[in-house]
Amino acid sequence: MAKITFIQPDGSSREIDATPGVTVMEAAKLHDIPGIEAECGGACACATCHVYVDPAWREATGQPAEMEEDMLDFAFDVREESRLSCQIKVTEKLDGLVLRVPAKQF
Amino acid sequence: MNIATESSLEGATGAPVETDCVIIGAGPVGLFAVFELGLLDVKAHVVDILDKVGGQCSELYPEKPIYDIPGLPVVTGQQLTDQLMQQIEPFGATFHLGERIDELSREGERFRLVTDAGKVFLTKVVVIAAGGGSFTPKRPPLEGIEAYEGKSVFYSVRRMEDFRNRDVLIVGGGDSALDWTLNLHPIAKSITLLHRRDDFRAAPHSVEQMRRLVAEGKMRLMIGQVTELKGADGQLQHAWVKTKEGEETIPVDRMLPFFGLTMKLGPIADWGLNLHENLIPVDTEKFETNVPGVFAIGDINWYAGKLKLILSGFHEAALMAQKAGQYVYPGKKVLFQYTTSSSSLQKKLGVK
Repeated sequence: MAKITFIQPDGSSREIDATPGVTVMEAAKLHDIPGIEAECGGACACATCHVYVDPAWREATGQPAEMEEDMLDFAFDVREESRLSCQIKVTEKLDGLVLRVPAKQF
Repeated sequence: MNIATESSLEGATGAPVETDCVIIGAGPVGLFAVFELGLLDVKAHVVDILDKVGGQCSELYPEKPIYDIPGLPVVTGQQLTDQLMQQIEPFGATFHLGERIDELSREGERFRLVTDAGKVFLTKVVVIAAGGGSFTPKRPPLEGIEAYEGKSVFYSVRRMEDFRNRDVLIVGGGDSALDWTLNLHPIAKSITLLHRRDDFRAAPHSVEQMRRLVAEGKMRLMIGQVTELKGADGQLQHAWVKTKEGEETIPVDRMLPFFGLTMKLGPIADWGLNLHENLIPVDTEKFETNVPGVFAIGDINWYAGKLKLILSGFHEAALMAQKAGQYVYPGKKVLFQYTTSSSSLQKKLGVK
């Protein structure tokens, strides 16, 4: 299990247990994390599961692939630390991951 | 594939389009509804806000594989769309693309539907197969942008003349952004293309052309994002742009943001239909809404146990068509038949 913390725009936060192998988006949906919409269901086709990766975790989560970068063009308020959570796979290595949910998903 | 499209003038200039059925939405489920209705001799017109058929399959994941269509171990969104178009071809449905149904009301025994282009339909039944709602342009996260929309901020180009001698700011990195940069550059006073990164999704030759214009000093490319708009009475005057080098104010009186599309329920909310969390409740026998004669199938409907699967939508289309057929041909006895063995169905399909 890997613990992942989601911080909402209002500062409130929740920690969930994610099973390695699923995507961060799937783990978030499973635990009803508000603000992760995932309209397309994880096909990297909509940019509505956008998150900001905490600076301490950017190296561990890695850089977005080209297709994900293309999709990020459609996300709301994109920053350096922006990722689509459907493209981050949960691993034991990500135990303790901290993510911020954007103010909206368009 | 050839698609029969009605001239955009018909229906808008007087005589309404009269038909048995209007299907709202040309996604896979709306397309298959043409087939099921067609077997029962119900003629259909299909309206979709996108300029192509296929709905989410062609807009969101044309190249992505779908694994749960019965009998097709793997098929892409575009392949499924193409094959559905082939399958429904014998029924000669008319497509009205790039139009959205804005109004639905009763008119005597029939329904009156009006599109955003003013086209009017008079129809015996209505099938809402609108998926996640209508695709609408995403609005950039800028405070007060609503005030400029339709006056100096546009999400599409309807008339190029509106951009003549203007300081135009185009935002985005896809084909729309690049195509309009290239098309408007000869008539605009100035063109600035702004994108969040120095990589573009658009076709490589458009990007190349754009870079050439930049090198020749005929337009400007900025890498960054807009942070603020300034203007008055809907007239944009300046945009604040944040780049790696810092913040800059540029004169702008026309802005074209291209941030893709998002799905919104849209005008469906105003048609007097019961709604359940932005979905339309239906029965599971006929997939009819609370308004008799108006059906809802596919992702847009809701009932106990609903699954948003294409295959469920196909099933819903088949059952819906039985009831719709009764509205169109009241009292007609329908003999249940199989396409495999029925010569009358095979005649309709053009295979006999």
